[in-house]
Amino acid sequence: MREQNLKLVSEEGIRIDGRRFDELRPLKIEIGVLDKSDGSAYVELGKTKVFAAVFGPKEVHPKHLALPDRAILNCRYHMTSFSVDERKPLGMTRREIELSKVIREALESVVFLEEFPRTSIDVYVEVIQADGGTRTAGLTAASLALAEAGIPMADLIAAVAVGKVEGHLLLDLCDIEDKYGEADMPIAMAPRLNSIVLLQLNGRLTKEELKKGLELAKKGINEIYQKEREALRRKYSGVSPVEV
Amino acid sequence: MSLSQMKKSLTARIVQEKIYNLLTQGMRLDGRSPTDIRPVSIVTGLVEKADGSALVSMGGTKILVGIKTEIGSPYSDRPKEGSFTVNAELLPLASISFEPGPPDERGVELARVVDRGIRESKCIDLEKLCLIEGEKAYILFIDIYVLDYDGNYYDPSTIAVLAALATAKIPKYEVVNGKVQKTGEYFNLQLQALPFTVTFGIIKERFLVDPQLEEESALDVSLIIGVDEKNNIVSIQKNSPGLMPENLLEQMIDVAVEKSNQIRRKFIETLNLKI
Repeated sequence: MREQNLKLVSEEGIRIDGRRFDELRPLKIEIGVLDKSDGSAYVELGKTKVFAAVFGPKEVHPKHLALPDRAILNCRYHMTSFSVDERKPLGMTRREIELSKVIREALESVVFLEEFPRTSIDVYVEVIQADGGTRTAGLTAASLALAEAGIPMADLIAAVAVGKVEGHLLLDLCDIEDKYGEADMPIAMAPRLNSIVLLQLNGRLTKEELKKGLELAKKGINEIYQKEREALRRKYSGVSPVEV
Repeated sequence: MSLSQMKKSLTARIVQEKIYNLLTQGMRLDGRSPTDIRPVSIVTGLVEKADGSALVSMGGTKILVGIKTEIGSPYSDRPKEGSFTVNAELLPLASISFEPGPPDERGVELARVVDRGIRESKCIDLEKLCLIEGEKAYILFIDIYVLDYDGNYYDPSTIAVLAALATAKIPKYEVVNGKVQKTGEYFNLQLQALPFTVTFGIIKERFLVDPQLEEESALDVSLIIGVDEKNNIVSIQKNSPGLMPENLLEQMIDVAVEKSNQIRRKFIETLNLKI
């Protein structure tokens, strides 16, 4: 239970972990961290830590699922049993089933699936520690893993959650802010295309707050997008172009 | 493992072109305007053995909701509250595309999105459902069944859940010497909010509300927005793949507010609620 006098936002406008309202947690991105997959990425946003890996395009199993005009995209979002305060039972919870679906749909919005008919592209997101914002960090990681796997996309995806806590709109909620806050709105965008690829709201917001929240999210998304591009450049900076 | 069922066949693309051309002239396949919802009918108390029930149709889509109550323990982090859970099943008799078996990801998503609106609007006063702090409380099992699927099962499901809740007669228990026992009486839930959802379909840069089946298969993006009676947004879910132009969101919120009010007026009038 919440302690009576716990205050998540100070009068000076500082959050419980010392951040300002529009400040992301420290973001760390690494690409190509799991050798056996075709593409992988690790994203750390504060204490939220997520791996993503991609296999494919590859043969479809079972075969009857194959589509003649495009690849199918499989996605599994999963949390390790020890990623949360109270041990999560093994297997997929209803929450994980829903999040697998919305993450997959976000990725499908940007991947050129029609380039790989009759194949499947499998995306695995594994949350190893959850401290708020796992679906958005997972989606960011998944889009980078797809990039490393060399799968063509219309844009990278950058994702973040905004929320309302003690009446204030905050960027990138940590777990305690999410738990005791009034609203949590995960958003993912393809920034170059000015398009939203994932949008959910859990909580109560007025129309004005929603609009302001979207602006705040865009600020965070642009910062994450820059970091993603930097990470990709870093990964490939030693590679010289092929000489003709 | 979550697997896409999206197929954009040639016929689907032709249908999309047709629907889009109609939309640009402010029209729809079934004669509605882009922001018209289909006629809603609400029947409550159809299933006598349920503590609350409702059969709702929205155009050709039919939803049955039943509520059963049990006594159980409160959640350890909310010892002073009762609880509720929402489940949804897409029955195989509702559509050729639904198969028997445990709820698939569409059923799970439907249940969780309806749950979100009810929970976040604080529609049910959960503290009133506690009998003994930390030990005994009412648990409401709200189960949604899609009976006939002609597109958009979200909005009629929310209406049916609220209708079943609003008319439910919950068996009353009392605490005697530290034990709970049935009194033989019943009580009403006294809902504190009426959060209705409005489902949007987007084709290119245009949107429509309450898509019927043929439209649904032709959409680029589908989005659900829940609004309570104070015009707060209480839930959002983008429930399809696709790029959603960012500038459409504000217009859709305005329409969601207007349409949810229309549904709410109909709901209050049909159930003869005093609010």
